[in-house]
Amino acid sequence: MPLKRRQIAWRAAQDLADGAYVNLGIGLPTLVSDFIPEGREIVLHSENGILGVGPAPGANEVDPDLINAGKQPITLVTGGSYVHHTDSFLMIRGGHLDLALLGAFEVAENGDLANWTTDDPGFPPGVGGAMDLAVGAKEIRVLVEHTTKSGAPRVRRRCEYPLTAAAAVRRIYTDLAVIDVTREGLVVREIAEDIDFAGLQAKTEATLRPAPDLRPLRAPPV
Amino acid sequence: MIDKRVRNQAEAVSGIKDGSVVLCAGFGGAGLPDALCEALIEQGARDLTVVANNAGTGRTGLAALMAAGRVRKIVCSFPRSSGSVVFEELYTAGKIELELLPQGTLSERMRCAAAGLGGFYSPVSVGTRLADGKEHREIDGRMYVLEKPLKGDVALLAADRGDRWGNLTYRKSQRNFNPTMAMAADLAIVQVRQIVELGELDPEMIVTPGIFVDRVVQVAF
Repeated sequence: MPLKRRQIAWRAAQDLADGAYVNLGIGLPTLVSDFIPEGREIVLHSENGILGVGPAPGANEVDPDLINAGKQPITLVTGGSYVHHTDSFLMIRGGHLDLALLGAFEVAENGDLANWTTDDPGFPPGVGGAMDLAVGAKEIRVLVEHTTKSGAPRVRRRCEYPLTAAAAVRRIYTDLAVIDVTREGLVVREIAEDIDFAGLQAKTEATLRPAPDLRPLRAPPV
Repeated sequence: MIDKRVRNQAEAVSGIKDGSVVLCAGFGGAGLPDALCEALIEQGARDLTVVANNAGTGRTGLAALMAAGRVRKIVCSFPRSSGSVVFEELYTAGKIELELLPQGTLSERMRCAAAGLGGFYSPVSVGTRLADGKEHREIDGRMYVLEKPLKGDVALLAADRGDRWGNLTYRKSQRNFNPTMAMAADLAIVQVRQIVELGELDPEMIVTPGIFVDRVVQVAF
């Protein structure tokens, strides 16, 4: 079965290293905070100046002065701190974050990332912190559904949409596979059950290669 | 004697000229100088260039200033967010100019102006359309684009507490762009929730020291 959205987030969370400083992008990556494995201390960064983002507050604990990058109310964990914007982006741009988990419209086989605009004339463009994160964090991983709703592949030879950053992405988590971006191209580490390698390739524009130890992609019902 | 306190919002925004570059702090709903933006409508300055992360939400604060037709151009990183109806109307009608910048570039350009620097080389946006027309330079094997300083004539700010010297503290993510914008404008005006006696703010907790602040007004928000 292909993974559901929350299961993609669960799978990405399993790879978080104890002690890592991590930024979670808006959308699918935000769900990762629900699945941080027991026993690991992960410090979540929010671009608007928060180190140590905690879970959503209860209905009576909402504080309008405490929001995340998606403008939703949050809490601060014990040990958390606040910085101003310039220092927050210094953390991002200066390579102080171990990892950023980002959403994407498209990822290319060389790690190019497109996640900030679809050039829809009905929407004024907005870039926010997308380019800073894609360039600055030590490692970029992407969480994305393998195809669009109409079935078009999101893992491509080249991005059709305008780039956020060139050759940025190292790992891609989808509902069908976990794929690493390597110098030799895209290597499939894990593949969902009920789809074979040829089936996965058919849903992917870029050429895929199986890892020698290709494993099944599984997630609990979450 | 130094006393930067002013009696009301109208006094706080007095003297702002037509054509000013106005740095407007805030991120989402936190740290927004809504009362000052609305006082600026009454004050009457026109043809403004506003620098802000978001292009206003709802019909209050910055959105109200834009709806009143006072903003010619907005420089921001993320104009469209839930509730940015006024901006979308003006943009679609071709009534407002937009300069889009990566968020960290926006902030660092203002810090550069504050620090008296002529610009900086950033790796952000290299290889994207937001680098079009910018000077590129390879430094130690990595490509960068030149970003110039961004200075304000005025900064409109929001803080938690302030004193008559203009020392400021913030609450939680209200801080966001406020400290940088305070430093990057010729005239820094701040609305605070509470004005306190000089000496009441713990020096270790002051985030924006008064040297950067010109006017302080207490506003319930």
